[in-house]
Amino acid sequence: MSISVLMPALSPTMTEGKLAKWHVKVGDAVKSGQVICEIETDKATMEVEAVDEGTVAQILVAEGTEGVAVNSPICLLAAEGESVAEAGKAAPEAPAPTARRSEAPPPASSATPSPAPSVAAPQAEPEWSGKTVHVTVREALRDAMAEEMRKDGNIFLMGEEVAQYQGAYKVSQGLLEEFGDKRVIDTPITEHGFAGLGVGAAFGGLRPIVEFMTFNFAMQAMDQIINSAAKTHYMSGGQMTCPIVFRGPNGAASRVGAQHSQCYASWYAHVPGLRVLAPWSAADAKGLLKAAIRDPNPVIFLENELLYGQSFDVPDDPDFVLPIGKAKIERAGGDVTIVAFSIMVGKALQAAEELAKQGIDAEVINLRSLRPFDTETIVNSVKKTNRLVSVEEGWPFAGIGSELSALMMEHAFDWLDAPVKRVAGLDVPLPYAANLERMALPQSDNIVEAARAVCNR
Amino acid sequence: MAKPAEKPKVESLPAKSTSPAKSSRPGDNSVSAEELKSFHRSMLLIRRFEERAGQLYGMGLIGGFCHLYIGQEAVVVGMQSTIGDADSVITSYRDHGHMLACGMDPKGVMAELTGRSGGYSKGKGGSMHMFSRDKHFYGGHGIVGAQVPIGTGLAFAHKYQGGKNVSLTYFGDGSANQGQVYEAMNMAALWKLPVIYIIENNRYGMGTSVERASATTELYRHGEAFGIPGERVDGMDVLAVRAAGEKAVAHARSGAGPYILEMQTYRYRGHSMSDPAKYRTKEEVDKYRNERDPIDHLRKRLLDAGLVDEAALKVVDAEIRKIVNEAAEFAQHSPEPDPSELWTDVLIGA
Repeated sequence: MSISVLMPALSPTMTEGKLAKWHVKVGDAVKSGQVICEIETDKATMEVEAVDEGTVAQILVAEGTEGVAVNSPICLLAAEGESVAEAGKAAPEAPAPTARRSEAPPPASSATPSPAPSVAAPQAEPEWSGKTVHVTVREALRDAMAEEMRKDGNIFLMGEEVAQYQGAYKVSQGLLEEFGDKRVIDTPITEHGFAGLGVGAAFGGLRPIVEFMTFNFAMQAMDQIINSAAKTHYMSGGQMTCPIVFRGPNGAASRVGAQHSQCYASWYAHVPGLRVLAPWSAADAKGLLKAAIRDPNPVIFLENELLYGQSFDVPDDPDFVLPIGKAKIERAGGDVTIVAFSIMVGKALQAAEELAKQGIDAEVINLRSLRPFDTETIVNSVKKTNRLVSVEEGWPFAGIGSELSALMMEHAFDWLDAPVKRVAGLDVPLPYAANLERMALPQSDNIVEAARAVCNR
Repeated sequence: MAKPAEKPKVESLPAKSTSPAKSSRPGDNSVSAEELKSFHRSMLLIRRFEERAGQLYGMGLIGGFCHLYIGQEAVVVGMQSTIGDADSVITSYRDHGHMLACGMDPKGVMAELTGRSGGYSKGKGGSMHMFSRDKHFYGGHGIVGAQVPIGTGLAFAHKYQGGKNVSLTYFGDGSANQGQVYEAMNMAALWKLPVIYIIENNRYGMGTSVERASATTELYRHGEAFGIPGERVDGMDVLAVRAAGEKAVAHARSGAGPYILEMQTYRYRGHSMSDPAKYRTKEEVDKYRNERDPIDHLRKRLLDAGLVDEAALKVVDAEIRKIVNEAAEFAQHSPEPDPSELWTDVLIGA
């Protein structure tokens, strides 16, 4: 049985080429790896090596032939024990198979599907009627980590100044004393490196909590977060898992300038394979961080420095955990829906108070989870109020509010009585001067104004 | 009895923080005749597998990027012989050889190359993204250098879990200039993590030679700033690799921290399938192929020592050819992934 040597494709896009030169002639013995001919593509001349061994029985395409289609036979080899004359007589199988790549079926649908097949949103947590404690967001985060670390020895915390310094923002206060330096680890200031190291530890069976002093610095680590942490489960066909939490303050603090004041919510929310959470209250912080640590997926946990010192009531229960993917209606109302996350929830609630004085009854939704996104809760609210204002600290272009607007077009178009209005940070790097910074960030007045506008007031 | 190997060129860098590295002892007879034969077999499997992958690429059955390991076989085969089943391995996108050397099924690897459901990643990863938890092979990473912090993290997990396992973290001369590599080396040395950094110096990062990319070309010394001992090894000689590997693995396993091995090797093919490799001369390539080929070298050694005869080698050739043919058959007949697979494995429990 003679062996056909086929015209190879030498790049992902090549369909034909020129057979520039033969390095063998009829009767030559050919070994695996031996260069047998040269092929010219539109980009380069490349050598073709034999894969099979044998003796050249017939050259089917002469030197200098142009436009030789990929996968057409170019020569015949006589296999061991076969006569060259016999093999040479064997007609090449025609027609040559066409390259598989050209047979690729058209995309299943030209319409961009919604982010994921709709999954029923998880149940909201039951209303807490038990005892509560009044704690700061900072303490709630620390308690969440400590409680989970007591239960699972594979959980550890690493980051800059998390151990001996007790946390740059004192979030990890006391953890080194309780858990020791094996589990509470100060890192060098090398975000790219320790984010990747954390991913490797998660692949290796641990459950890291990686603290970024702020998410501004995580931009250096973004390749590891997205390419390594978020995509590997999929790229491995489900074999690999990466249970890791990347947490730290996100967004503007107070007059720290443009490089230290960015909101990354929409950046991470864009990425399949990640969960993205943004707590507002201490109860959010505790319940969601515990959920994040328990989750088997990579989780981005966006905190806010200005909220660390604010106190809220938190259920006094070590098993208090919030569902991931569920927004919370913080204030019920019938005239307009205001959707916000993180520190902007507080501003939205302030705005709602002011609006109430003006006779507008606003419903305030705390998103809590940006991926998955609780479209259902928002749509149900819009069906009631018919008006929607989105509030975020980050930039407006391609922000969370943009996505929210698109989702309302898709899911609530017929219920809207006014276009969705976005309140967002101004489209400039955040300035340092106190007055300019205040102008650049959304304030409750801006929210009031937007709500009045969608209510035609 | 194996003929004592020639002493490879070994340049040691004693680190201040550790005991001075001794030179490798490639002739210490720690390699049995059976092992030598298995090295030959493993290298030949990689060679024939890669040649076939190149052919399937040429037929349009493999798409995208495909980086072949031909020429570098001695590195991974020598190194893998120094570790145990529970040790972890991670590498870049030139990864088919590592997977075969880890004992992964050639059928599953080839079927991943063709993007079929029988592939290790169910066809969703491709050439650069394959994994095997069973074999402790952690990929297959497509971003230059990204596997180095991850491999260091695997070493972190090994130490945290309290065992004696080590992480073999392979990367190329191209990665050796990546910032994250040095961030990882610093932490590995700081925390004495059991990781062996294996720099496969095949002399070109895509089309840029080491001399044109690295301010200092003694890559084995690139951990010097962190006190990491390093050694330059003849990566075309599987026994030299084995000897250096044993020492490095023992160092890491003992708790003394990381170790760097710079393997001087050569890839015969272009960077990827579409690279005509015009940045080097034909003479240079031919010189390596004809004079330094790791498989020819070991074949001759086996014959000279009387451990095998031509007939026995022919039997091995036929066996390997059969394995590769079966892998190629499987890879062409395994069905494409079901459309439902599009939405699976994005998140767990979602």
